[in-house]
Amino acid sequence: MNAPPSAAPPGQTPLLQVQGVTLQYRTEKHLVTATYRVSFDVYDADRFVLLGPSGCGKSTLLKAVGGYMAPTEGSMQLKGQPVRGPGADRVFVFQEFDQLLPWKTVKQNVVFALEASGKMRGKAAEAQAMRYIEKVNLAKFADSYPHTLSGGMKQRVAIARALATEPDVLLMDEPFAALDALTRQRMQDELLELWNETRFTMLFVTHSIPEAVLLGNRILLLSPHPGQVKGELNSDGKDPVDPASGHKLSDRIHDMLFADRIEEQEVAGHG
Amino acid sequence: MAETQTIAARNLAAPPLRPEYLRDTIAGGDIGVVQRPLTVWQRLVNQAWLRKVFILVVIASAWELYARQLNNPLLVPTFTATVQAFQAGIVGGDLLEKVFNSVVLLLKGYAMGLGLAMLFTALAMMSRIGNDLLETLTSAFNPLPAIALLPLALIWFGLGDVSIIFVLVHSVLWAVALNTHSGFRSVSNTLRMVGRNYGLTGLRFIAQILIPAAFPSILTGLKIGWAFAWRTLIAAELVFGVSSGKGGLGWYIYENKNMLDIPAVFAGLLTVILIGLAVENLIFRNIEAITVRRWGMQS
Repeated sequence: MNAPPSAAPPGQTPLLQVQGVTLQYRTEKHLVTATYRVSFDVYDADRFVLLGPSGCGKSTLLKAVGGYMAPTEGSMQLKGQPVRGPGADRVFVFQEFDQLLPWKTVKQNVVFALEASGKMRGKAAEAQAMRYIEKVNLAKFADSYPHTLSGGMKQRVAIARALATEPDVLLMDEPFAALDALTRQRMQDELLELWNETRFTMLFVTHSIPEAVLLGNRILLLSPHPGQVKGELNSDGKDPVDPASGHKLSDRIHDMLFADRIEEQEVAGHG
Repeated sequence: MAETQTIAARNLAAPPLRPEYLRDTIAGGDIGVVQRPLTVWQRLVNQAWLRKVFILVVIASAWELYARQLNNPLLVPTFTATVQAFQAGIVGGDLLEKVFNSVVLLLKGYAMGLGLAMLFTALAMMSRIGNDLLETLTSAFNPLPAIALLPLALIWFGLGDVSIIFVLVHSVLWAVALNTHSGFRSVSNTLRMVGRNYGLTGLRFIAQILIPAAFPSILTGLKIGWAFAWRTLIAAELVFGVSSGKGGLGWYIYENKNMLDIPAVFAGLLTVILIGLAVENLIFRNIEAITVRRWGMQS
């Protein structure tokens, strides 16, 4: 029933294994099933994208991997250990700009992450913080408070803070969705550059097909109400034409996701 | 017919085709005046304390004029007479000593009230029953004026410091607990998730995430608690003529009223106001400046 979604490449074990996960949450009147028996494997250095329209449970799925909610059935394993509660081995980058602590400067925010998670303290933490702040080109703003930064800069700090703790997997919940189009493009390019330098593993949630095609090396397609796996596709970032069908990757995804005539909702798209 | 024709013609009209052009921009440093200093007057008007001093001067002048015109020092002594009585109270009299007695008592009650408020809110954040307890107690006791408890306190603890501290704690505790608790509950979910993401739980979570994030509300609670404590203290000494052994500011007002030394009564009231202004503008304002304003959580 919960057959592995793809044959494991020989000699490699997945970093994160999600098997037959059903997620439900309670509202005042209903019990909502957000995802139904979702399975996927994430390997080391993957840029794994969860893509789907609103209501496909992709954000809920990411929260579950983050440990903020327990699945009603199925299991999630990180490096062979079951996921139990939030932890600094899976660090979140949220869509909201208020994820930075407003009472700490840029540098203090990164140092906070290192100290709170118990990874480093004192001078070592500061040096590590500065290293990653430089990586996102914010060295000039290390002593600024978050409210003086633009939206794009805040997201860069959040990414630096997450990467500085060197987590097993970076969980990104539509981190660029609240940015303007030009800033978003720049941030996407910068994220790819960062990945080229450090080769972190990330799980990236988005509802934008171009973003998924550009950033992901593997794209998991989810259908809505409740979220179910529609398939997994490979991407090289250049939106290649599929020789079999003669269609571009983005067009194929579009046809698969919207074949059942569900309107894409670009606004406030929380899955 | 003619109308439809013009509409059709309009629909067909295309915008004129204009040539494209590109220009080089000048570097910022070469433009000249990008920012200009404000004039002296603009800078003066920007000083909040100066504007407030101006308001106080206007009020004092109006008071002086009205009192002179009324010419009845038993009802309203002039501003100058009040200031003289104030001077006399400080230099020759016992006004400073009374202020000291009041402030010491006030700080004791305030500190105990804050301690208890912290205990209650910490309990409320850690368990559901603690939350219910705090909600029930605040809704029951917050509307109850502290001064209404004083007769009871006098029976329980007798005339003296303990009775006054008891009502002070009552006046501070609920206001501070209510504000702190509602501040904690309005901390954004994202910040909570960030705290838990990096492994904070229990008291570390409260200290490193909830308290700083709720600091604007906590500060409001501290201010309200301070004001309530002042009112309660002065009222307790005034209305019941209770002195805390050595007697405080309210007692000073009460005594001078009995001796019909009305300028001294006004001087006592003026002292209460001055202390209030000093605490608000010197202490609370500076705390705000180095915390919530600096963090951009309050404009």
